[in-house]
This record gives sequence, C-alpha cells and structure tokens, in this order.
Amino acid sequence: MAQLITSADPMPAARGEAPALLRLYLAHERAILGTLMVILFLLAWEGLERGWWAQALRPFLGAAAERWQLKPIFVSSPTLVAASAFRMYFVTGEIWRDLGWSGLGYVLGLTAAIAVGTPLGLTAGWYRRFSYAVEPLLTALNATPQVAFLPLIVIWVGTGLGTRVLIIFLLAVLPIAINAHAAVRTTDARLIKVASSFGAGDWRLFRTIILPSSLPFLLAGLRLAVGRGMIGVVVGEIYGSAAGVGAMISQAGARFQTDKVFVGVLTIVAAGVILVEIVRRIERRVEAWRPPA
Amino acid sequence: MTIPATLEYAGGPTRSLPARLYLAHERLLIGAGTLVVLLLLWEALGRSALVDPLFISSPTQIAQAGWQLGRERDFWTDVRISGAEFLLGYGAAAALAVPLGLAVGLCKRLQYMLGPFVDTLNAVPRVTLLPLIVIWFGIGLWSKVAVVFLGAVIPILINTQSGVKTSEARFIRVAKSFCASRRKVFSSIVLPGTVPFIFTGLKYGAGRALLGVVVGELYASTAGLGHLIADAGNTFQTDVVFLGVFIFMAAGLIVVALLDACERRFEKWRPALH
Amino acid sequence: MTAKLEARGIRLDYVQPRSNTRLTALDGVDLKIMDGEFVSIVGPSGCGKTTFLSVVDGLIAATAGRILVGGKVVTKPGPDRAVVFQDASLLPWRTVRDNVAYGLECLNVGRREARARAARFIEMVGLSGFEHHYPYELSGGMQQRVNLARALVVDPEILLMDEPFASLDAQTRELMQEELLQIWVKAKKTVLFVTHQIDEAIYLSDRVVVFSGRPGKVKEIIPVAIERPRRLRVKREPRFHAIEDRVWSLIEEATERNRRTVDRIEANS
Repeated sequence: MAQLITSADPMPAARGEAPALLRLYLAHERAILGTLMVILFLLAWEGLERGWWAQALRPFLGAAAERWQLKPIFVSSPTLVAASAFRMYFVTGEIWRDLGWSGLGYVLGLTAAIAVGTPLGLTAGWYRRFSYAVEPLLTALNATPQVAFLPLIVIWVGTGLGTRVLIIFLLAVLPIAINAHAAVRTTDARLIKVASSFGAGDWRLFRTIILPSSLPFLLAGLRLAVGRGMIGVVVGEIYGSAAGVGAMISQAGARFQTDKVFVGVLTIVAAGVILVEIVRRIERRVEAWRPPA
Repeated sequence: MTIPATLEYAGGPTRSLPARLYLAHERLLIGAGTLVVLLLLWEALGRSALVDPLFISSPTQIAQAGWQLGRERDFWTDVRISGAEFLLGYGAAAALAVPLGLAVGLCKRLQYMLGPFVDTLNAVPRVTLLPLIVIWFGIGLWSKVAVVFLGAVIPILINTQSGVKTSEARFIRVAKSFCASRRKVFSSIVLPGTVPFIFTGLKYGAGRALLGVVVGELYASTAGLGHLIADAGNTFQTDVVFLGVFIFMAAGLIVVALLDACERRFEKWRPALH
Repeated sequence: MTAKLEARGIRLDYVQPRSNTRLTALDGVDLKIMDGEFVSIVGPSGCGKTTFLSVVDGLIAATAGRILVGGKVVTKPGPDRAVVFQDASLLPWRTVRDNVAYGLECLNVGRREARARAARFIEMVGLSGFEHHYPYELSGGMQQRVNLARALVVDPEILLMDEPFASLDAQTRELMQEELLQIWVKAKKTVLFVTHQIDEAIYLSDRVVVFSGRPGKVKEIIPVAIERPRRLRVKREPRFHAIEDRVWSLIEEATERNRRTVDRIEANS
C-alpha cells in the first residue's frame, strides 16, 4: 500500500535512479494521465456522432454496427459543441444576455442569504434560548429538498425574477446559518475565559473572539452556499422562466438542440469552478494565522 | 454577561420543582412551543381576511387535504413512484460509488484518470443535465432514476475517496510492522477509518437524491409527488402543495435519522460529541 | 558469541522526487546488541534515531549496509522484532483487547486464540478490567501500556521502542520507566530504546548510544555501570549525574557541530 503515502514525501533512494524519461513521466503523471483520459473521452464521443465506431465495427457486427452511430440530437459531439459555443459567445453573443440575467438573480439571492443567514446563525449560536426556538425549524428545512417550495413561490410571486431570487435565497441561506451557528458554538471556551478575565464586555467579546474564530466556518458555509445557489439558478430557470442560462438549457433541450444544452452546462461548470475558487482564495487569505494541517 | 451554552452552570439547589422540570426540558419545551405558536399564527392568518387563503392556506386545511388525498388511489401511486425513483437511483449510486471510491482512493493512477470527470461533474449541479437526461431516457421513471443517481453518486464517491486518502500513515506503519498482508491493512486500517467518511457522503448524497426526485418530477413527469405538487401549484391548490412539501420534509428527516442510527452502530469507538 | 542484533554500516539516502536532490539521513551506523541487553539511543533532535529504528524494523530499506538478527540478514518486518510506537498509535476503532490482539491477527493467529493470548499481557501491563474500553476512554499512560502489550504479545526476541513515553507528563513517565524495567525482567527481551530524554536512557539501559546529528551516526557508546534492579531514586545519586554530564557534553558537541554545518550551508546558498 505504498500509494497511500503521498508522492511529495521523500522516497528512500535504495532502488537506484530511474531513467530520465520515466522520471519526467512520474513527475507529471497526474497531468499526463488526466489529459490522456479526457482526450480519449472526447475522441470516443466525437466518434459516436461521426460514425467512426460504426465503421470500425461493421466487419465484425454487420448491420448491428449501425447502433454505434448516434444522431447529433442525441449526443452532439465535441466539435459541434465547440462550434456552437463559439457562435453563442462571439458571433451572436446571445449567451451574454442569459448570463447577465442569471448572474443578477444569483447575486441578489446570495446577498440576501448572507445578509439573513449570518446574523441569524450567529444570534442562534450566542443566545441559547433563541437557538432552541429556531433549531427545529432549521433542521427540518435543511432536511427538505428546498426546491419543493418552487410551486408555492410561483403562487406567491409569479414567475419573474422574484421567484429565482427567493429559491436561490432559500437554498443558500441554510448552510450559511447552520455554519454560523456551529461557529459560535465551537468557539474555544478558553479564549472566552481569557477575554472575560480581562473584563471584556459582550460586544468586545463578540468582536475580538467570536467573530475572528468564526470566520473560517462562515467561509466554509459560504462555499457550500455558492454551490447550492447554482442549483437554485438552474432549477429556478428551468421551472418556468423566459431568460437565463438555465432557461436557455431547458428551451434548447425541448427543441433537441443538444449542442446548445452542452454549451449551457459547460458555462455553468465554468461559473461554478470560478466562484468556488474565489471563495477558496479568500479562505486562504483569511486563515493565514492557521498552521497548515 | 450572556453565557454561551458551552459554559452553562448547573441549576442551583434552591429552585422550585416546576422550575427544575422546565430547566431540564428547556430545549424541547422552547422548540415545541415555537412550533405550536407558529402553527397557531398561521391558522389565524389563514382564517382572518388579512391574507388571501389562496396564498398561504392553513394547517387545518392542509390536514383536511391530507385526509382526503390519503383515500385516493392516485396519491399512493405517486408516493410509490417517487419512492421507487429515490430507492433505485440512490441505491445504485451507493452500490457504485462506495466500491469505486475505495478503489480510487487506493489506486493513485485510477484517481488521476477519473479525476477530471469527477471534478467537472462536481462543479455542476447535476440537475442541469435534466434536459439531456430527458432526451436520453424520456419522461418516465428512468430519467428520474438517472438524475437521482447522478446527484447522489458524486458526493458519495468524493467522500469515500478522501476517507481512504486520509488513512493515517501511523496506523499503516503499525500494520506493516506486524507484517500485515495488504488485505489485512485494508480491512483493519483503511476500511474502518473510511466508514465515517462514507456516512458523510451518504448523507450528502441522500439530500442530493431527494432534490433529484423533486426537480426531475417538476421538470417533466407524468406521476410522482413532485408531479403532484407541480399540478396542484398550477391549479392553485395551495393546501396540496404544502402537503407535498411536508411529505418531502418528512422523507428527508427520516432518511437522515436512519443514516444517523446506522452510523452510531458502526462508530461506538468514537467519543460522543454532545 | 554473536550479537542478538547487529547493524553494519547502515546508510540511508533520501531522494526528493521533485528536485532530485539527495539527502543523507544515516551515514554508516554500526551497532551490536547482545541477547537480553537494554540499549538506548539518544542524540540531538533530527539525528535520525527514529529513522534508524524503522530501518532496524525493516519499514524503511537501507541504501547500504545490513541488519542482522541472530546472525541472519533481515530486510522486512518480522515477528522476531516488534515496535512500541511513539504516540501509542492504537487503532481507535478497536477495544483494548482487540488492539493487543492485533499483532497476532496480522501474523495469522486465529481471533479466538489471539484474544486469549492478549488477556495475559493485558494483565502483565496492569490493565485488567479495561479489556472492553476504547482508546479514547484511556489516559495517555494507559494507552502506552496497551501499546507495550501489543508489542509483547507477539513474543518478539527484540523490542524496538520509539520514544514511547515522550507524550506523558513527568510523573507518569517516571512510573512507566520503573514499570518497564520490571516487565523487561519478566519478559526477558532484548530492547533497543530511542529517546531524547537523557535520564530516561541512563536509568533504563545497560549501554547508552549517543548519535551525532545530520547525517546520523554513532558518536560514542557509554556503558551504565549501575547495578540492577534500579529504583527511581538512583537518578538522584552522584554517579548517575556523572554519566548524565558525560552524555550531555557529547550531545552539546554534536549539536554545536550540527549548528555550524547548518550555518555554513545557509551562508553558501
């Protein structure tokens, strides 16, 4: 089970030196293997649509080989998706409007979630009785797939921007509130003792001890909320909305424009990766005082 | 000064009996009390003319709707179909992701090969793939099973894998020093250390699976509880929508409670946290 | 008479995989330990004491040199040697009894038999009644007793002890030292004991091996001519202090040279 020890560890030199080419491979094994698999996957996909596999298999399978060629509406292909992405981003530019529309709902929903979730969670963590009161509600809501509220929200506010902001808010607020609650609860009791022995009042205690030691938790909550919010964007839009990336995906799917669906999905992948990376960066900066694990 | 819960004093000996009873069960009393007050407020609002009952319904109306629906065959068909979607998709996800996660955690090269795909899928809410899944599987049961599966498989896989990765090197040294076979190292060190991670993954996965059921059925379906609430929403039967939400809430709570109970059986060796 | 345990010219180089630079951790360690002897290794921190113990156990393969047990070359861990690990390293998901039985299980002894044999050693280290406790329910000292029992139960010829008492408080450590000597007399094992605690090394050992640091090698071996059985109060006698002084000055020399080397390397870079 040598592989359980990470490759960054120094290795005993007993086995002698490896040849240069092998060393180069070993040093970049992760990137090489990963890229190789992605290329293979893309080739396999392209081949399905272009009928490469059908052709290659015909001598063995006869007419049954036709099943290895799929219609573009079924799988599309990497080149079709790339062409479509180029068109949507740089020729017609249609996706920018959708991105803007989705982004607006996302920012509003997430901001509201932070604005409500953080104080709610911190208060619940600080005041025991308040925590008893809201805990059952938070637990129940957290166990519910919150998207089930969508039909209700549509009854309340129609199918416009408000619905999407509300569903994004609903999905994102719980991880923020729950993490904030846990953050206060797990504050090192010794630190609180130190501060109170120096005569710190409630407010000072909160500002100098609770808040700094809560920050990593709050950011972890934010990182979860960022992902949940993305679900909200997509679900809110595929369930009756006229514009936005999710709506675009849904409409393209209904018209069997599979390449456009993939462009939308990849756009959301990119957005998700970028947003999570931003939060990670902030986390790293804020946690400079923490020793590496 | 307000004293956080962690620093609480025990109640003094001079308190009266009712006060002591209250203090012993304070958490339960306040929690239940809040719920009762909220329900009463809701009922009052629903009955007053302040808010259109079309918007908020009321607890009694919802209970009535539940009583009526419970006697209809269609309702139980919906429950069965949603249950089947959840169990099939979630079961398949767990059955695939746990062994695969163990394998990926043990074999570095497998991890390098699958990494890009897992990371990509993890970055996108899998419900985004619904339009594609519907093209591939139609609007019947199997599209929902597929989206439930995709939702649950990623968190279970990632957590299992990171559980194996964090197997403590010092325990592995102990095993090796006692000449343990690779198999023994796996069964006595890697696997027990990974169990808590697997359960974390299963819990996340269950949440994602339920989400998949709801969204899949809202998006395109002919039956199921999600279909029921979508239909009720379109015809402004607010009480039925609420009922559906509460059923999903109950399902979520039950699944988490079951997994917690399972986990406790497996983890007697961990100090209790609370 | 052949030595029970012998290290001949043990050298260990590490290669940093990214920069491909070599680092020498051990540079020609020679050591002979007789049957039933108790030998300690002390040295400045980072001198490769623990690494050397891993090489003796066979967890790390030496770049050059060989380890002989009873005159035969060994390259892998074997049932003839057992390690008492630093920081106890008990498996948290096993009870005391199953932790002690663990080594036997690894050697393919049946579970029932392993548990029965474990019981004897749990009693020897004074933990009867705690068989069904989990590690988190034990104090640090008790965990180290389990650690010791786990090594003893496989009936090794040689016990390799890696700073086993380092994480204990001063009083518990002294009690454990005295107890270890009693168990050592009963169990009749050859012991190689690594520590950074000089009084601990002298109190326990027949001979104290002083390592010089970076790369580690044997600087000097100091015999401890104090009769056994030893009580703890021997630590406050002048002859004990004399040996302590001698070991200390050797380590100070090693540390000083070490520091100069480091300074030189830093100045050159």
